Parts: sequence; C-alpha cells; structure tokens
Amino acid sequence: MDPTALLLSRLQFAFTISFHIIFPAFTIGLAAWLTVLEAMHQHTGKPVYRILFEFWLKIFGVAFGMGVVSGVVMAFQFGTNWSVLSRMSGPIQGPLLSYETFTAFMLEAGFFGILIFGRPRVPPWFYLFSTAMVALGTTLSAFWIMVNNSWMQVPTGYVLQNGQFVPNDWVQIIFNRVVWVRFPHMLLASYLTGAFCVAATGAWYLLRRTYRAEAHVMLRMGLALAAVLLPVQLLIGHLVGDYVHDYQPAKFAAIEARWHDEQPASEVLIAIPDPSTESNRYALSIPVLGSVIGSMSLTSKEVGLTSFAPQDRPPVVIPFFAFRIMVGCGLVMLGLAWLGTWLGLKHRLDRNRLLLWGIFLSFPLPWIAILTGWYTAEVGRQPWTIYGVLRTADAVTPSLTAAAATVSLILFVAVYAFIFSFGTYYIYRLLRAGPAGLGGKPLHVPVPNRPMSLADGGPALHGSLEAGE
Amino acid sequence: MVMFWVALLAISILIYLLLDGFDLGVGMLFGLAGGETRREEMLRTIAPVWDGNETWLVVTGVIMWGAFPLVYSMLMPALYIPVVVMLLGLILRGVAFEFRGKALRSRRVWDVSFTMGSLAASFMQGAMVGALVEGLQFSNGEYTGGTFGWLTGFSVLCGIGLCFGYALLGACWLVRKCEGPVREATRRQIPLLAVAVLAFLVVVFAHALVEHLPILRRWTERPYLFAFPLIGAGAAAMLATSILRGDDYWPFHMVALIFASAFGTLALSFWPYMIPFVVTIDEAAAPRASLAFMFWGAGLFVFPLMLLYVAVGYRVFRGKTDMAADYD
Repeated sequence: MDPTALLLSRLQFAFTISFHIIFPAFTIGLAAWLTVLEAMHQHTGKPVYRILFEFWLKIFGVAFGMGVVSGVVMAFQFGTNWSVLSRMSGPIQGPLLSYETFTAFMLEAGFFGILIFGRPRVPPWFYLFSTAMVALGTTLSAFWIMVNNSWMQVPTGYVLQNGQFVPNDWVQIIFNRVVWVRFPHMLLASYLTGAFCVAATGAWYLLRRTYRAEAHVMLRMGLALAAVLLPVQLLIGHLVGDYVHDYQPAKFAAIEARWHDEQPASEVLIAIPDPSTESNRYALSIPVLGSVIGSMSLTSKEVGLTSFAPQDRPPVVIPFFAFRIMVGCGLVMLGLAWLGTWLGLKHRLDRNRLLLWGIFLSFPLPWIAILTGWYTAEVGRQPWTIYGVLRTADAVTPSLTAAAATVSLILFVAVYAFIFSFGTYYIYRLLRAGPAGLGGKPLHVPVPNRPMSLADGGPALHGSLEAGE
Repeated sequence: MVMFWVALLAISILIYLLLDGFDLGVGMLFGLAGGETRREEMLRTIAPVWDGNETWLVVTGVIMWGAFPLVYSMLMPALYIPVVVMLLGLILRGVAFEFRGKALRSRRVWDVSFTMGSLAASFMQGAMVGALVEGLQFSNGEYTGGTFGWLTGFSVLCGIGLCFGYALLGACWLVRKCEGPVREATRRQIPLLAVAVLAFLVVVFAHALVEHLPILRRWTERPYLFAFPLIGAGAAAMLATSILRGDDYWPFHMVALIFASAFGTLALSFWPYMIPFVVTIDEAAAPRASLAFMFWGAGLFVFPLMLLYVAVGYRVFRGKTDMAADYD
C-alpha cells in the first residue's frame, strides 16, 4: 500500500462525492416541491402554480442531469480505489446499491421522461402521479444510500467469514435505529435546500421588482416549509448526535473537542483545538452542558479523546469546525424562516428589503450545512472506513500507484470544474430570466424527442435570455 | 441462485452493449456530420433514451459488485485508467446533451465534448474487453500487472474495433430513425463501417491465433461455439442484402444480432470463468445470503419492471423522429 495513493484516493473520493451531493440534495427537495405545485394546480386551477411548475422543471432538468452523470462515477469508484473494501463489504454494500439502482434509478428514469415531455400525452392525474414517482425515486435513492452509509458507520447484522462481511440479518441492516434517524436527517436537509432556493429566488425577484405574484408564492411556501421543518430538523439532528454518542464515542469526543474524560462534562462552544498539545486554545465553554447534551444528565461522565489509543482517534479540527458551521447555518436559516414567515403573515415582508436580501443571500446555507454535516460524519469516522472493523488505510486498492491516483484526481477536478462552471451558469441564466411565459402566452411545450430541450427555454424566454447576454 | 445472477449480469451487459452502443455510435458519427441541422437531427434520435441506456452500465456495475464482489474488486483496480477515462468520457458527453442547446457562443465546445466523450468511452470499453480476453496478471486475488498492464496491441485493436462496431450500430440506428440528408449520408457510411468491423474481426482473430491466446483452446474443446460466428455471418449477409435493397428497419437488428453473437461467443468461451483462467463464477459469487436478498426483490420483481420500462420507452418513440415538431 502506497501512502500517497491512499491520501490521493481519499481526496478523490471526498471531491467527487462532495460534487455529487450538491445535485441530489437539490433535486430531492425540488421533486417534492414540483409534486406539491402540480397537485395545487390541479386542485385550485390557479395558473400561478402551473407557471411555477414549468419554471422549476427546467432547473430541475439541468440539476438532475448533473446529478446523474456525477453519480455514475460513484458506482465504480468503490472498486477502482477501494478494492479491499469492495471485496470485503461487497456482500452487503453491493446488494444495497443494487436495490438503489433497481428501485430508484428505474423509477426516476421511467417517470422523468414523462415529467419532461409527457404532459400532452397523458391524463392530468397520471402526470401528477409521474411527478410523485420521480420524487419517490429520488427519495428511495437517498434511502438506500443512507442505509449503505449507516452500515459503514455502525456495522450490524453480519458475521466475518473468509475475509468477507457476510450478512446474516438484513432486517437489522436496513431497519436499525441509526438508519431511521440519519435518513430523515438527510431527507429534511434536502427539503430545506429546495425550500431555501425557492424562497431565495422569490426574494431576488421582489428585490428586482419582477414576477411579483410568483415571487410571493415562492417566498411564502419556501419560508413556511422551512419554518416548520427546521425545528424538526434540529430535533432529529440531536437524535443523530445521540447515535454518535452511543456508537462512535471517539467521533463524539472529536466533535466536542473533549480531550480528557470529564464528569460532569462542559460543552466547548468555540475554541481552536490543538492536537499537538491535546488541548483547546481560546476555549469558550459552559460547565455541565456537555453532560446534558451527551447523556441528558447533570452528572454523567463523558469520554475524552485521550481515552482512545492515538491510532484510533479521528482528526479533531475538521469535525469540530464542520459541525459548528452546520449548526450555525441551521440556526441562521431558522431565524430567517421564522422572521420571514412572521413578517409575511403581517404583509410586511415586501418592504423589509434587508430581510429580503438576507433570504436571497441565504441560498448557499443549506448546501454548506449538508456538506459540513457529511464532513463531520465521514471525517469523524476516521481512521475507519467501516467503523471499528476496517481501517481506511487497509481498505485502499493495494495495486494503486501514486502516479495513477494523481492523474485520475487531476482529471476529475478539471472535468468537474469545467462542467460545474457551465452548469451553474446555465442555471443562473434560467433563474435570472425568471418564469416567463406569463400573461396569456402559451406555455412552452417541450418536444417529446428532446427531454433536455426544456432547459433551452421557450420562445418567450429567448428574448430575455439574449437581452441578458 | 448463482446461475440466476450470472444470467442477469450477462443480459444486463448485452442490453448495455446494444443500447448505449448505438447512442455512443451516434456520438462518434456526430463528429463527422457537417451542418447544424444534421447534427441536431442526429442528436434528437437519441436524446430521449440515452439516459436510460447509460443506466444499464450502473446496473451491470452493481450486479457485479453485489453478486460477484471478488471479480469487481479485482477488475476495477486492474482497469483503473480505462475505467476513469470511460467515466469522464460519459460525463462529458452526457452533459453535452443539456448544455449544447443552451450554449449561445460555446456550442462548438459541447460538440467536441460530445464526440470525444463518446469516442473515449467506446474505445476504453473495447480495450477493457481486449485486456480481459488477453489476460491480466493477478496473484492471490490482487492485480499485479501495473498501471498500464491493460494496454497492449491487442487491447488497442479491440478498442478501435469496438468504436467501429458502435459506429456501425449507431449508423443503422440513424438510418432507422431519420429521413433526408442524414439518412442518405449514413447509408453511404454503413458499408464502409461494416467492412471495417469485418476487417478488425479478422485481424483480432489472427492476432489471437499468432499469440496463442489460451482462450482459443475453447474452440477446439467446444465445437458448438462455431454456431455463434455462423449466426453472425448469417446476420452479416442479411445486413448486406437489406442495405442493398434500401431497407431502413432491418440493418439495425442485424447488427444487433452480430453484436449478440459476438457477446455470446465471448461469454461461452469464458465459461466457467469470469476472469479467464483466474476466477470461476462459483469462486466469485457472493454468499448465498446476499444473492438471495437480491433475488427475492430486485431480481425477481424489479428487474422485469425495468425491462418493461425500456420496452415502453422505445415504443413511445418508435418510428422516424419527427423533425417538423415545434422545437427551438
């Protein structure tokens, strides 16, 4: 095993998966939002819902495409760079990912076509059904991925035979309590991403004084959904912390920057953890709160990092700060959502340009929260790939050379940077052009032979696109 | 249970070869076609289906990982460079479908990315098959052949051969789906491509004879294998006559049959090995608990649904692509 190849493989996995998660995180929430819009349109008959549906469908198309192509990489990267992992855990992770491909990708691919070009060809109820099936597909995909990752975090339901993890209890693997707090945590994070992007777009239009009717619906629905979901998300986040506390005490200690056992334990709010001295600099901490958060007790003893052998400790700095950034983003979003909803109810949101700016600029927050949350989970799991049983250093492909890993990493970074800059630019252009096609003009009906033609923009859009060039 | 998953893996690979084969082929021919109208028409024949086609590659990958983890964990590292290049090619061509239509000044960039991505992915797939046939070096379940162990004269030949094969399949698809100048231009390409494919088959076979590739022993041990080249030869004859009489429908199916017989030849010469003469199917198989879990849900119920979807999708888009439809 080549230590450079190991490091490069870790960087490559971190880079490609961070890139990938941006798109599903967005499209899971967006698919659900599209389903709601279509249902509202069919129920109330108000054109604004239909206009918003067609508008967000275009953006959904581009983001979905980027998610698909970057997702294909993930299915192969386990094998290319982590061959020992894929041989040992193939009997468990392979079937889980097979279920993802068979159940989720099939639904998505099948009904995505109808969603994009099928409206003139199917009855309205079936169109709504197709929208819901795409949403279900994206959700199922997230579910299987969370089962898969949760098994790596807390392996269960297996025996080790002939160097392989052989499943002996699939019910335990799929229906354990870790999955059922982490899956809702990820799902809500995706819904919040969708909600904040929609609300931010609404705020942007109000600030620019265009598309007022659509902007109001976007702001109201986005903020209200976020206002309801955020407290639930914080509660589920706490439950996720509970599983970490119970099953991954070293990760928990790293997140808390708790170097030594404490009884009762204090809670470090902010500090600069210093691994060389095994202590925190500039720490701001609250006594006893650490025990309350960890064990719901005023007196409990909480484990510190130095209770673990040095080779079993995760890095501290990344989980510590990533976790705090995630929580910080969540709290800022909570404040914006509650304040915005309250002012919206009093019809005072339009005039509060400061808050509109805040909501507009908040659109990256859910993504930052998702990425830092995953960094907390994944970096905190180190030095293990499968917690407690397979070390990352032992999981890497033995034959992989540093040269090959360097080449592949550079290629991935170059190609992803290239397509990401164009993709986000095209999405930005669609958002800036706005839900044109309003005011009696016929809605653009995409050509069935060209699903992606949706994102080209209809005739009504072209003028504003070119004007904006 | 093992046999079920071998069969499903073989079916998935064959479906992938045929479906993504023609749209990768169209991708390569796209680079040769001049003029925006023609390019647009070519693209439109595959735009509704390429995404589903490519999903079969993921299906193949996860079946291999779930049902035959040993093979997956040995082949992926051995084929590191070709797999990475193939994936990047698929990404570049995949996003081109969406981006090209929206690019105002940079359309050329996505044309190049579409063609080169298709070419890179096709070549690497052929090279990987070639490397597998020729034999990769393993010891104790680990790959030991080096970063470029897959790169040989033979694998390069196979890579070029598959590019021609996919292009032929793509050309037959275009003839089937298009009218007017695209159909005329493509019809003229088919004989050239067919001759090129034939020439490569001869060269590949001669190379295998000269190098005494161990896989050739299969042909003397298993004379029934000759049935496949006979089917292929029959299909080639049908292809030639259907081209000569100006038929649009049959060439695609005949080339598909040639592909199927080539795949059948290869699969049965490997039998009972998955990696020839290194790992057998039984050695590679995942524990029964894994295979059974996959069988009772994904295999038995969801797989037929996936096939149904493909059938429905292609039925919706049957016939010539309508260029008159409102489109901008």
